[in-house]
Amino acid sequence: MNIKILYFARIKESVNYSTEDVLLPSSVKTITDLKDYLAQRGDVWADLFSTQQTIRAAINHELVDNIAAIHDGDEVAFFPPVTGG
Amino acid sequence: MTVRIQTEDFDVAAELAALKPSKADVGAIVTFIGMVRDLNDGDIIKTLTLEHYPGMTEKSLSAIEQEAKSRWDINQSLIIHRFGTLKPSDQIVLVAVTSPHRAEAFAACEFIMDYLKTKAPFWKKETTSQGERWVEAKSIDDEAQARWKQSD
Repeated sequence: MNIKILYFARIKESVNYSTEDVLLPSSVKTITDLKDYLAQRGDVWADLFSTQQTIRAAINHELVDNIAAIHDGDEVAFFPPVTGG
Repeated sequence: MTVRIQTEDFDVAAELAALKPSKADVGAIVTFIGMVRDLNDGDIIKTLTLEHYPGMTEKSLSAIEQEAKSRWDINQSLIIHRFGTLKPSDQIVLVAVTSPHRAEAFAACEFIMDYLKTKAPFWKKETTSQGERWVEAKSIDDEAQARWKQSD
């Protein structure tokens, strides 16, 4: 399936871009799967997605947890814990 | 129920005047204004830059307003949150709630701020004499939000 991924704040700076379109293998079904998949890119991706650091995720503008399912056409976002207000 | 995300400053008096009810059923208006402090973690702050997630930000703030409205008897609410680069003493956020009674207005306003701090996709980066750094989320904000949880 095809999805769009957005990155924000410190994560955007680490990966050095804010958005990408990704064609995912069928084995990637959840946020956890997607994090593991991105971690396989190595380097900064492994640092971000395979360590214990807290990364929040949203699917189509809704905050979700790691077991949330991803569907074709979704907009997935990864970002650090929020600090507004 | 209004949400605005903007770079420009806001005029609190003008915003409150615009909230004035058409009927005389409002007994209380509670406002919260968040501002940029000049000190954080012992360092002097030069600038504070806020990034957000356009689309999700508006949606999450509207959902927080709806949740407040479902819990308390409120007439109107307004959330204005700025993004971009600000400096100490600048206004960051305005939350205003009108209600027939003050207790409901106080509670709803505090609830909206506590949820905004932990749910709305904003991130702060500050510039000090040491350079730039991202502001870390604080567990005290999670605790403030957790006390509103309902057992349902």
